[in-house]
Amino acid sequence: MLKILVIGATSLIAQETIRHFAADGAEFFLVGLSADKLKMIQDDLLVRGAKQVSTYELDLTRLDKHQELVDTAMETLGVIDAVLVAHGTLTDQKAAEQNVDITLRELNINFLSAVSLLTILANIFEEQKRGVIAVISSVAGDRGRGSNYVYGTAMGAKSIFLQGLRNRLAKSNVTVLTVKPGFVDTPMTAHLKKNPLYSDPRRVGKAIYDAMKSERDILYVPFFWMFIMMIIRNIPERIFKKLSL
Amino acid sequence: MKRYESWTRQPKVNHQTIVPLHWRDELPDLSQFDKLVLPFGLGRSYGDSCLNEHGILLDVTGLNQFIAFDEETGILRCEGGVSIEEILKMIVPRGWFVPVTAGTKYVSVGGAIANDVHGKNHHTAGTFGCHIPQFELWRSDRGRVICSPTENKELYEATIGGLGLTGVILWADIQLKRIPTPFIDMECIKFRTIDEFFDLSEDSHERYHYTVSWVDCLAQEPQLGRGLFTRGNFYDPPLGAKKEPRALPMIPMPIDLPSYAVNPLTVKLFNELYYNKQLRKKIGGVIHYNPFFYPLDAINDWYKVYGKAGFLQYQFVIPYKETREPIKEIFRRIAKSGQGSPLVVFKTFGDIKSPGMLSFPRPGVTLALDFAFRGEKTLKLLDELDRIVFENGGALYPAKDARMSGASFRASYPRWEEFADYMDPKFSSSFWRRVTSS
Ligand SMILES: Cc1cc2nc3c(=O)[nH]c(=O)nc-3n(C[C@H](O)[C@H](O)[C@H](O)COP(=O)(O)OP(=O)(O)OC[C@H]3O[C@@H](n4cnc5c(N)ncnc54)[C@H](O)[C@@H]3O)c2cc1C
Ligand SMILES: NC(=O)c1ccc[n+]([C@@H]2O[C@H](COP(=O)([O-])OP(=O)(O)OC[C@H]3O[C@@H](n4cnc5c(N)ncnc54)[C@H](OP(=O)(O)O)[C@@H]3O)[C@@H](O)[C@H]2O)c1
Repeated sequence: MLKILVIGATSLIAQETIRHFAADGAEFFLVGLSADKLKMIQDDLLVRGAKQVSTYELDLTRLDKHQELVDTAMETLGVIDAVLVAHGTLTDQKAAEQNVDITLRELNINFLSAVSLLTILANIFEEQKRGVIAVISSVAGDRGRGSNYVYGTAMGAKSIFLQGLRNRLAKSNVTVLTVKPGFVDTPMTAHLKKNPLYSDPRRVGKAIYDAMKSERDILYVPFFWMFIMMIIRNIPERIFKKLSL
Repeated sequence: MKRYESWTRQPKVNHQTIVPLHWRDELPDLSQFDKLVLPFGLGRSYGDSCLNEHGILLDVTGLNQFIAFDEETGILRCEGGVSIEEILKMIVPRGWFVPVTAGTKYVSVGGAIANDVHGKNHHTAGTFGCHIPQFELWRSDRGRVICSPTENKELYEATIGGLGLTGVILWADIQLKRIPTPFIDMECIKFRTIDEFFDLSEDSHERYHYTVSWVDCLAQEPQLGRGLFTRGNFYDPPLGAKKEPRALPMIPMPIDLPSYAVNPLTVKLFNELYYNKQLRKKIGGVIHYNPFFYPLDAINDWYKVYGKAGFLQYQFVIPYKETREPIKEIFRRIAKSGQGSPLVVFKTFGDIKSPGMLSFPRPGVTLALDFAFRGEKTLKLLDELDRIVFENGGALYPAKDARMSGASFRASYPRWEEFADYMDPKFSSSFWRRVTSS
């Protein structure tokens, strides 16, 4: 059965993804900020059919703890068949513009922490010559926009990092999946006004599950975001800079 | 994007805000809101009981975690926003089923408790609320409270069938039932009159856990109340037989109707064909639980069938043991009016009492049907039916009501004042304001 390391397991999108693996009888190592929430997810996955679920409490901005985290996961699971990286925060753009500490903190949570983890994990996967590394990025990383470019920068950088990693690990038979969701109705967006482009986290989770199983490279979810972003990427900068997006 | 409206999309109301709940240990501070709140589940109620005009809806479907499942006792503990569909997906392969289910599986556990839903096995199992040993309620004035028949008994009884007004059901224990296979061994029997229906009901109650009927609402005397009686039990294969029988794809409900089928002429034609589709008096076979319990789930956007004017759903229960005249009179009125869609559910309720103070089911016979909305004409007919229902000790189902008068509600739910004492002071609904004000 699959052994899965889930980083940022308290993310709703992550939960909706790993529930499907639980029904398949997978074994999990869950990492998150809050022990209470991890315990609730552990119970949920066990009822759904997970074989075993371990939890590990960590603030993922503590880059110095990443090696220890991965070592513990390896010890517990024995082998890691798949990793899902899902933690993140939606940056308050206005606040970030006024305060460089906020900007750097956000880049740390949304980009650097992933780089640190993936650097350690990549070597394990490269050596074992198989497995799936799935990381949630965002359509927001496809083009910088005035209203959220700090978050967008982190996502865009993450996507490029993953592109390179995919290119490197393809030789070792390892799949690197970049997930680019559009707007999803989760705690991260709870305070925002909803519009018809918002999608159900259940649908997103199922799509990620399917993409991990079928070893896809890039997943826009829902699919129509691929077309939206194609158009957005192709607007000439001369015009784009004048739009309020 | 999720719609916060009732299943009929009527009445149209605005809410001030929607507040999603995601973690049962991270709940908002209700005192920060200046408006009253109401939990909202999967919106499968038809009327205004799941709406709170100008107020706040707490979207509770984010509370969708399982907590524990004891495979020895069959007690499942899960959050209030978990749907019956999710539960079935998990438990059926392990040989369990929900104790009671409505005609759709897209109902949340909280919604099933708040309306104390009933199913085809009311005569053998009672309501959903009869199978909930305990739950945890979250209230604005008392925080988190465990309720059971022994702990906070009154609040337990008020919450079952409590229309979401006593607080949010954070999680509940559900006593599941064991099943031998996911198939139903069923029979479908034609009845020519309503008296034949009652005979079949009597005859079936001991031996069949599930019974339900379809009635041709446009048939007049001497065929008044003719229809098809469906009964079944979970299929228990005889020793040595295959566990996976060859299942019939048969569907015991008239769901295959096209959208033009709901004007009086076509309904008549459709009913004629549907009734006569079955040539023999009795047919039977083994069928998967999905088409047996949830034929309507195969159609999306049911309301579209009725076009722009929309539809009303009407469901009442009326005693029949002393006299069958009132129910016959109701069928006569419907047939004479030429209104009513082919979508009809007819069934006798048993006498298992629910703990719920405001529970709808009571001994009698219940009829649920859709009416395409034709303005005054429809309302007038329903007023006539109301009169017969209430004069004969019957009641309407709040989950499917947007129009009964306050006086009728209060007369048919005599414990409403006692119930009001257990309401959360921060909670209210459009339904509740309507039936307590007029
Ligand atoms: C096709 C179809 C067939 C149906 N068949 C049947 C049937 O056979 N028998 C039957 O009894 N009913 C039937 N119904 C009605 C349906 O079962 C009920 O309306 C049910 O309550 C809907 O649940 P929901 O999750 O959609 O809740 P909603 O409709 O969203 O809400 C219903 C009520 O529950 C309250 N509520 C929801 N969640 C919570 C919570 N966590 N805590 C406290 N209160 C809560 C709400 O405030 C509201 O008062 C049917 C409906 C449809 C659409
Ligand atoms: N929702 C969307 O519209 C959307 C769109 C595109 C991409 N995404 C991406 O999808 C991913 C998942 O987000 P989501 O929508 O599922 O929202 P979510 O439920 O809020 O998940 C984000 C999770 O990250 C955790 N987290 C934040 N900082 C952390 C830290 N320093 N250490 C450990 N954990 C931390 C949070 O934990 P706590 O709850 O304990 O704070 C939270 O559970 C994110 O990477 C997000 O950028 C989301």
